[in-house]
Amino acid sequence: MNMPFYVSPEQLMKDRADFARKGIARGRSVVVLAYDGGIAFATENPSRALHKISEIYDRIAFAAVGKYNEFENLRVAGVRYADMRGFSYDRSDVTARGLANAYAQTLGTVFITESKPLEVEIVVAEVGADSADDQIYRLTYDGTVADEHGFVVMGGQAEQLGRRVKEGWRENMSLGEALRLAVAALGSGDGSASRTIEAAQLEVAVLERDRPRRSFRRLARPVLAELLAEGAEPPAAAAQPAEPSAKSAPEAEGSTQARAEPIPAPAAPTEQADESPTDESPTGKSSTGKPPTGKPPTGKSPTEEKPGEEPGTPGATPGADR
Amino acid sequence: MTLSADRTTGRLPDAFLRPGSSSFVDFLAEHAPDRLPGNRVMPAGVTDPATLSPHATTIVALTFDGGVLLAGDRRATAGPMIASRSIEKVFPADEYSAVGIAGSAGIGLELVRLFQLELEHYEKIEGSLLSLTGKANRLATMLRGNLPMAMQGLAVVPLFAGYDLAKGMGRIFSYDATGGRYEEHEHHGVGSGSLFARGSLKKLWRRGMDAEAAVHVAVEALYDAADDDSATGGPDTVRGIFPVVATVSEDGYQRIEDAEISRVAEQIVAQRRERGHLA
Repeated sequence: MNMPFYVSPEQLMKDRADFARKGIARGRSVVVLAYDGGIAFATENPSRALHKISEIYDRIAFAAVGKYNEFENLRVAGVRYADMRGFSYDRSDVTARGLANAYAQTLGTVFITESKPLEVEIVVAEVGADSADDQIYRLTYDGTVADEHGFVVMGGQAEQLGRRVKEGWRENMSLGEALRLAVAALGSGDGSASRTIEAAQLEVAVLERDRPRRSFRRLARPVLAELLAEGAEPPAAAAQPAEPSAKSAPEAEGSTQARAEPIPAPAAPTEQADESPTDESPTGKSSTGKPPTGKPPTGKSPTEEKPGEEPGTPGATPGADR
Repeated sequence: MTLSADRTTGRLPDAFLRPGSSSFVDFLAEHAPDRLPGNRVMPAGVTDPATLSPHATTIVALTFDGGVLLAGDRRATAGPMIASRSIEKVFPADEYSAVGIAGSAGIGLELVRLFQLELEHYEKIEGSLLSLTGKANRLATMLRGNLPMAMQGLAVVPLFAGYDLAKGMGRIFSYDATGGRYEEHEHHGVGSGSLFARGSLKKLWRRGMDAEAAVHVAVEALYDAADDDSATGGPDTVRGIFPVVATVSEDGYQRIEDAEISRVAEQIVAQRRERGHLA
């Protein structure tokens, strides 16, 4: 006999949800938050090859927590969906809403029909012409979609971290402020003791509103370290541009193969003349970034977003699967 | 045909979730083969398919110190008629390469669009760029898929140029309609006016030129092509239409502004006038 016991639908759904939730809770959190120039994504991830944050399309990015193989599969499907749609219609017809719907249906169907639900939680975000047009969708393992405003935290201790971000988040933060808040929140996860997370342990990317065409950009570690350090000395920070004017290529590190970052496709020529020469890694792959349009910081002292001063306890193991 | 989401459930079709190729063209061939330009069947009874789409003309490419340049005139013809005075035939393929097309314009433009997407798709899925030779080979594969159309007269002959990040130099690749890929050195040209443009390039190209000199050479080569080939358009000062000239170097793809091309074109005309040529 296949079904020896009767299991009520409520119990069945609850068991599946508990299973998925447990899997997701084991993962490290991802913080997604809006800042004045776009949307920033941050997570603790020592791996440079296995990303939890990725580009989907011109204005759309993807972030996920949970099982790597499952969300990687969804990411690839998302890229195919977006490219297919953009090829069939026009680049402007690819929207985060459409993608979020397709993901929701997929997650929902798998939750009900497959033997095991997907242990993933996803954010699909699209940067708009101004901050009112920004869209952040959060999708959970059962296909639930939530249209979020301002920020999202997902993964292990999402609620606790979410409270921390909620306290500090306000509209029109500078990128530096937003990232310091995100990193402080990520470091506050383990119980009451907060820790400082080094730039080398972080995966950070942004969707930049002012970039033509492909707006997704990964922040290289040196740039990130600079942004995070800014908050320590507010007067100095005010003198520096809030965003980096150049970024250097991360060099190949040990046996880990350094991967070149996605390079933005060229857009129509613009007035941005301050392009930095691209660095070339020894492998010949290039890791490059275009300088964003430098925007001075607001000048407000971001003392409350200062990361914890305790000595860092990274304790991170390589691998981004969780 | 499922376009992007399954019609009945709205979920992503299984093909989207299947692990496998990083190639968008391969994905299309599997999931929606009717969308590939080469898979279309020409209906019987079309006597001269080549007249269906305007004909794109001359493209030139040349290397310079630290990069490569690709330029194309702005004319498309339909038989003896000028179909377009302002068509653009030189495009960025990605950050470090450019592609120009001669031949059947409709299919050529679609091919370019698909090629751009192919490179971007790979980059997004893999998180790294294809090598320049890899890109050139992808274009050859796509052309090969277009062979049935080419045999009916709708041939596309692209010219591909890019900056090889591993070698630190600009490189040029030419193709034939069957997908044959040939690496060219120093300079090359394709399209109806290429005969004249190549003759001009041969005399004007010098080793160790900088980008500025290369722009001058390219515009002059196109000027010579337009001079003798009716299907190639010269600089149009009345309407302000100038050849599309783009350089690809370590800094990426850059299109030269019309104002600069206009200045160069005027210089060339002045030089010719001074020399007292009848040209």
